[in-house]
Parts: sequence; C-alpha cells; structure tokens
Amino acid sequence: MPRVATYTALTVLAAIYLLPIYVLIITGLKSFEEVNLYRMWDLPAAFSLETFARAWLGSESQGFRGLSNNFWNSVRLTVPATLLSALLGSINGYVLSKWKFRGADGLFMLLLFGMFIPYQSILIPLVQALRSIGLYGSIAGLIFAHVVYGIPITTLIFRNYYATVPGELVEAAKIDGAGIFGIYKSVMLPVSMPAFAVVMIWQFTSIWNDFLFGVIITPRPAVQPITVALNNLAGSYIVEWNVQMAGALLAALPTMLVYILLGRYFMRGLLAGSLKG
Amino acid sequence: MHDTVPTQVRTVQITRLAGNGRWKMPTGDRLISLLLLAPSVVAIAVFIYGFIGFTGFASLTRWDSLVPDFSFVGMHNYVVLFSTTRFQIDLRNTVTFTVLFLVCCLSIGLSLALMLDRGIRGEGVFRSIFLFPLALSFIVTGVVWRWLLNPGSVQLGSTGINLLFDLLGLGFLKTGWYTDPRIGIKAVVIAATWQMSGYVMAMYLAGLRGIPEELREAAIVDGATGFQVYRHVILPLLHPITLGAIIILGHISLKIFDLVVAMTGPGPGFSSDVPAFFMFDTTFRGDNFSQGAGIAVIILIMVAVLIVPYLLYSLRAEAQP
Repeated sequence: MPRVATYTALTVLAAIYLLPIYVLIITGLKSFEEVNLYRMWDLPAAFSLETFARAWLGSESQGFRGLSNNFWNSVRLTVPATLLSALLGSINGYVLSKWKFRGADGLFMLLLFGMFIPYQSILIPLVQALRSIGLYGSIAGLIFAHVVYGIPITTLIFRNYYATVPGELVEAAKIDGAGIFGIYKSVMLPVSMPAFAVVMIWQFTSIWNDFLFGVIITPRPAVQPITVALNNLAGSYIVEWNVQMAGALLAALPTMLVYILLGRYFMRGLLAGSLKG
Repeated sequence: MHDTVPTQVRTVQITRLAGNGRWKMPTGDRLISLLLLAPSVVAIAVFIYGFIGFTGFASLTRWDSLVPDFSFVGMHNYVVLFSTTRFQIDLRNTVTFTVLFLVCCLSIGLSLALMLDRGIRGEGVFRSIFLFPLALSFIVTGVVWRWLLNPGSVQLGSTGINLLFDLLGLGFLKTGWYTDPRIGIKAVVIAATWQMSGYVMAMYLAGLRGIPEELREAAIVDGATGFQVYRHVILPLLHPITLGAIIILGHISLKIFDLVVAMTGPGPGFSSDVPAFFMFDTTFRGDNFSQGAGIAVIILIMVAVLIVPYLLYSLRAEAQP
C-alpha cells in the first residue's frame, strides 16, 4: 500500500471516529434557538453555554433535575473506591508474588475468573446482602461493591508488576532483618508508583463509567451516580436532545481528562486487562 | 510445583504430622502474609463464588415475587425460559451481536495497527483518536449514537447519519437503523465497534512492536515481498493477540447491557434486546427472581465456556519457564 493511501485512509478513519465527538461538542455549544435536529451537523453561529447550564442545573419549569448533584455523587463514590481498591490490590499482589504458599496459583486462577464473570450472576444475592448490612441504596454500598469486585483486576495488575521485582532484593532485605511490612515499605512501595498509576486510572475509569451497580444498588435519584442520572435524563421525553448531549459530555469529562493527561498509563491498564501485562 | 503433589501423599504427611502433635502452624511473617490475604479471599469466596452458588440455587426455586419462596421446582424455570419467545430472540441477538462485533473490531483494529506500524508521521495523534472512545462510558456512547442513528421522519426530514448521507450525496444508504426490526441489534454493533476497535488496535500494535526487526529483514533477504512478509511472518505471530482479543471482546458482548439500555432499549419486537436486559427486566422490574436468576446462570455459562479454557491455557503457559 503506497504511503499516500495509508495517510488518506487514516485521515478519513480518524474523521469518522471524531464525528460523534464533533456532534457532542457543537450541539452543547448551540443556543436553544439555534438547535435543530435536522441541521445537526452545522457549526454553531454563536457561542452559548445555555445548554450545559440546563444539563447541569436542570429546569424547574420543565420539572427535571440537573446532573450537578449526581456528578458529585460520582466523585464521592469513585475517589474512595479507587483508593481502597488500589491499596487492597497492592497488598494482595505483594503476598501472591513474594510470599507464595501452597495453592497460591490455584487461588490466583479463581481470582482471575472473578474478573470476567457477568455481574448479573451475583446481583440478586448482592442486593439481599447489602440490605441486610444496611448499605443498600447508599453511596457506601456502591463503594463496597466496587472495591470487592475490583479485587481481581487490581490484584492481577499488582501481582504481575511485583513479579518483576527481583527476589534477591527481597532476600537481601530479609537478611538485613526486615519483616513482611519492612520489605513492603522499603523494597516494594518505592518502586510501585507506575503500578499504582495504572491501577488507579483503570479503577477510576471503570467505576466512573459503571452503570449496572449504580442502577441496581441506588434506586433513589438523589444518591445515583451520573451515568444512571444521564440515562434517566436521556430516557425522559421532556428533556430536549441537546440537553441530553450536553449531559453526556459532562458525564464524559472526568474520564476524558484522565485519558488526555495520563493516556500512557491508561494504555498499560488496558493491556494488563488482556492478561499480557 | 507444590500443586502437583498427589492428594494422597499430602494427606499422609498431614496425618503423620498431626499424629506426632507437630502439625506445622504457619508462624511469624508467613502467618501475617496469610492474614493480609484473608479478607480478599473471604470476599471472593462469598461475593463471587458463594453468590454464584446462591443465584444457581435461586434459579431452581419458585421465587417469583418480592417475598422469597424457596420451594424447589427443579429445571422448571429453564424450561419456561427456553420456550419464551423473548429469550429465544435474545439468544439469537447475542450470537448476531457477538459475531458481527468480533469481525468488525478485529478487522478494523488490525488494519489500523498495520497502518500505524509503518512508521508514519503523527502516529501518536492517530492512535489517541482511535483509542479515545474507550475512556467513555457505554451510557455516553449510547446517548450519542441514539441521536446519530435516529433516522428522522418522512415529514420532517432526515437527521443524524442519514442526514450526513444526504449531504454527501449518498442518500441511497439511508436506513431506519435501530428503528427497523430487521436491523435492530446490528445498529448497536456500530456504536460498540466505534468504542472498542481502538482497544484491538492497541493490542495488535503492542504485538507488532514485540516482533524483532531481524525477523522481517531475514524474510526480505530470503526474497519475500512486503505482502508475503505480512502473510507468512507477521500475521502468524499475531495469533495469540487475536485469541486474547476474541476473549476480551467476546465476554464483553455476551454480557452487554449498558449500551443497549442507553441506545435502543429492547427495540421493536425485541429486535435489539439482549439476555442481560431481559434479566434486568425480569428480576428488578418484574420481581420474578427465580426466572431472572435462570437468565443470569445462562449468561454465566456462556461466559465461562469462553473464558475458562483460555485462563487454564494462559496459566499453564505462565507456569512453564
């Protein structure tokens, strides 16, 4: 294939991939007078943030809630859940790679399968269990679910990463009298930053983008994360399509920012998810 | 490997040690290491395997209202399920979706990777563009594509992609997209491919970068043309990547839910319905828990058939030096 053809093909494909984002952005920037479903592809004549304001704040006259409250719910959910699951994954990865015991590999296998299960197969008892411990319908309940079901992937990434730390370093620290916590603190933790970055970005993105746990665990709109609220907004006949688009952009903003700023780690997380880490 | 010690031998050893009253209890750091792992092991045992067991049990009961009723009905729920029209359509949709989604993502992903691997300028920019939909939620993707594939109406005119076709003089390509029962789930494949093909590209690209330059050069020295190098040297080396991609994409498509919810819902005549959506409807809207549990078990079995052989295979590959 000649070089020119390669560039042409890539450029055309890139334009196609960007089309949805183009519509998402220009629709959000149009004023209400200008928005027209049958002129979807036209550029806005004037810059207006009216649509974003309505998606963020809602509209009392039309009777729908904005996404601001749910945006902050998602923040309150995603940040602690990400930190907790990274910490848990780091500890598990450390034990499974440097304190191997009989059956550790079999255990790891059971853990890996947990990464792929369809959550439908645990939802019914999960709701019952969260009800009985008083976490159903709350952000704490969502955090709990995300941390528990995040154990397999976070453990996998840390285990594979720690496996590359030479055993001699651990042995040397042992000879120097370091115990299990001392080795973790002086040998593992100082080199762990890349793994923490990968795991935290991965968990942040998947928890922020989650819909299933949100819709099942938090039925009350006031506690719902933004993805659930966006889906309600989009399913409502009273909300204009441009407000839905602006809402979609608001919901996408945090993970888009993470991707733009930390894309390198994002890639690594993706590839770790394919077991090739 | 400790794992390969035959069970009998292990039992004998433990009995002997116990007989001497010297069964070795892990001590010190070894004990602490097990304690550190314990909360996660318990969580996985209960929240994954215990819950799967409960769901399996619930699917064999008569629990069809908000009040749990655990009277045993055997395979009854499955018999009902497989004779339900909606579920039959769902299974067919799953097959259609999975096959088309795999074919589209793998072919586009591989083409993108091969083009980007030719040392072109601006590779980073292109790569970022193709990868970036991955950062979005399926809900965001669903909302956007719902409007892009909204066909518009005869009275008011075309919109979205149909409108774009009109503007480009490609009006003959216009269709009803997800509003047409003959298309249904296939329209969802478009959105899913837009979101996930970049992932496959990244996997192939990582694979291509792992192929030593000497291999290509050796083939060229042996008189292979550019095409032959790809056909006989590069592509065979990418087989493990293809397998990995099939596993990842396959398990996503078998349990696809969010995208369908946000983009189309079940659609006309359930033409875009999927088992996960049916499960949600049955369980959490219809309160028929045993039936919902049955659907969940079937989804789980489909995923397990895909995943378990692959996990065993890659774990064995890892164990070998």
